[in-house]
Amino acid sequence: MRPEREQRLWMYAMMVKSRAYEQAIKPAYLQGKQPVFNMANGPIPGEMHLSDGQEPCAAGVCAHLGPEDTVTATHRPHHIAIAKGVDLNAMTAEIFGRRSGLSGGRGGHMHLFDPKVNFCCSGIIAQGMGPAVGAGLAAKLSGGRQVAVSFIGEGAANQGAFHEALNLAAVWAVPVVFVIEDNAYGISVSKRESTAVEQNAIRAQAYNMPGVFVPGNDPDAIYAAAGEAISRARRGEGPSLIEIETCRLEGHFMGDAEGYRPNGEVERLKAADPIPRYRQRLIEDGVASADLAALEKRAQSEVDAAFAHARVAEAPAVEDAFEKVFASGAGQ
Amino acid sequence: MSASPRRRLTIAKAMSEALAHEMARDPRVLVMGEDIARLGGVFGTTQGLLARFGPERVRDTPISETAFIGAAVGLAAAGMKPVVELMFVDFFGVCMDSIYNLAAKQSYFSGGHVTCPLVLMTSVGGGYGDGGQHSQCLYATFAHLPGMKVVIPSSSHDAKGLLLAAIRDPNPVVFMYHKALQGMGWLGTIPRSITHVPEEDFVVPIGKAAVVREGDDVTLVGWGVGVHHALDSAEMLAAEGIGAEVLDLRTLAPLDRESILRSVRKTGRLVVIDDDYRSCGVAAEVIASVCETRDLVLHAAPSRVTFPDVPIPFAPEMERPLLPDAGKVVSATRAQF
Repeated sequence: MRPEREQRLWMYAMMVKSRAYEQAIKPAYLQGKQPVFNMANGPIPGEMHLSDGQEPCAAGVCAHLGPEDTVTATHRPHHIAIAKGVDLNAMTAEIFGRRSGLSGGRGGHMHLFDPKVNFCCSGIIAQGMGPAVGAGLAAKLSGGRQVAVSFIGEGAANQGAFHEALNLAAVWAVPVVFVIEDNAYGISVSKRESTAVEQNAIRAQAYNMPGVFVPGNDPDAIYAAAGEAISRARRGEGPSLIEIETCRLEGHFMGDAEGYRPNGEVERLKAADPIPRYRQRLIEDGVASADLAALEKRAQSEVDAAFAHARVAEAPAVEDAFEKVFASGAGQ
Repeated sequence: MSASPRRRLTIAKAMSEALAHEMARDPRVLVMGEDIARLGGVFGTTQGLLARFGPERVRDTPISETAFIGAAVGLAAAGMKPVVELMFVDFFGVCMDSIYNLAAKQSYFSGGHVTCPLVLMTSVGGGYGDGGQHSQCLYATFAHLPGMKVVIPSSSHDAKGLLLAAIRDPNPVVFMYHKALQGMGWLGTIPRSITHVPEEDFVVPIGKAAVVREGDDVTLVGWGVGVHHALDSAEMLAAEGIGAEVLDLRTLAPLDRESILRSVRKTGRLVVIDDDYRSCGVAAEVIASVCETRDLVLHAAPSRVTFPDVPIPFAPEMERPLLPDAGKVVSATRAQF
């Protein structure tokens, strides 16, 4: 399944927007944290997990999804949220802890929920997988064509939840696609040191479902693999597993000294940055660079607008903390 | 008096030192967990151990808590002394069975024939905007379970002494360390928690609270960061002529009721500081233990300063005003006079 020009431009646009987004997060996050880095300070406190380098995974998979399809994501969610169409203003306001944020500032950057496009994420490893099976089962039971996609990192494939969710999805033939973003590290521990198999995709065999490994952090190849898996799910033929070789250009979180990386690794990864590489390929394939420049400008202005909104958005009041603990209204 | 010069260490360094000390002394001790080997622990609890003791005894684990905490139970049954870290207490949900159905019941189910000398180290506490899956305390969740001990230091001295006691204890011990006291640069640290730590071997006994400030008018009970709120408020109360006694529980299970009752008998007033959720918390247990003591006369109804019964919100405007602080302890105390 090869992407057409339109889809390739869409994927490039999502990757560019996502990167622009993380570039905008960096100075905002560091505000108030310099010269002394204290995570509690500044307009965005707490941990910050950036997705630079992993954009092709989100773009290549979400190109096949509509708002009615469900995505569960990880503690590193921005690129996936953007490609899934999460409202950028509300997402940014949430990351800034503002009242106009997706959850009114209750969740923060690891807990983005946008039911308009059926997106959510969790800060606990592999714990989005079960809910994705549930979303897929709900679609199946209602006779819909929707699918669910669960994004996880390669470290999550060593969680019990991974194996349980794969088995359950296969036994019930649920329309769900499990997508592993293999960025080679769970914080400081490498995949090689923690994982008994070279590629997690092979683990799909144990659960009687297709499993593919997509090398090269290549949006077109990811698009092709995801297209196969999602079509299969929509046809009612059950779950699939995709493992994508990607890279994390930044630390596990902002402030990570990254002493666990071999010398020169970050430079090597940055030299293979998927975004300029894809731009070059699009030009070689006949896309006008002026069109790409226009698209880049549009992405940047959307990001700028979202940050401008978040910076002036109203802060929540302490009383807001007591709302939404329970859903309101009587049961039906 | 200690012969050693004053050595001021952070809790992180004191924990690393305790582990190194015990690993050198006892070949049965091994340490495992996520990011504890090469990185030395996200919260600095295992610094230098890999270089000194090697990868057989200092093991980075996959993100497989059910497996490695279950393995620790098996190691303990086989006569080893595993120390396991799970970096955030919030993460224990994925592996709770190994803890409350295996570790906590191993001695009981075996009629005392199989012990479980296992230490689980984990960070607790919020206040730095990390959201509701990285900021909880869950003291009561663990202190509720019979068969398991729960300790939490308020200073680096107690961190070393409690950790040595925990490793030597024949039972599973949950060793909680509070992020507001850990001494990691990127988190900020209450300076009072950085204390002198003797280089030599010593233990802080499990199950014994400590009076860290004497007073006659009110008993302030805290643990971890709560001790520091209590000490700060005791200063403020002293200026008003109220003498506050501060009791550092140090162990949440088994609870040192004797020390609590001894202090409250003297003062007749009780305020408990607990940054965990309010209902069914350790603070409630402390107050109930006092109230159910028949011959104890209180001058006022006891009170607790806690986090309310809501998930920890991300936005600082919501989270920070809800956390216990010295001002709230002072207000709660004043209301009893």
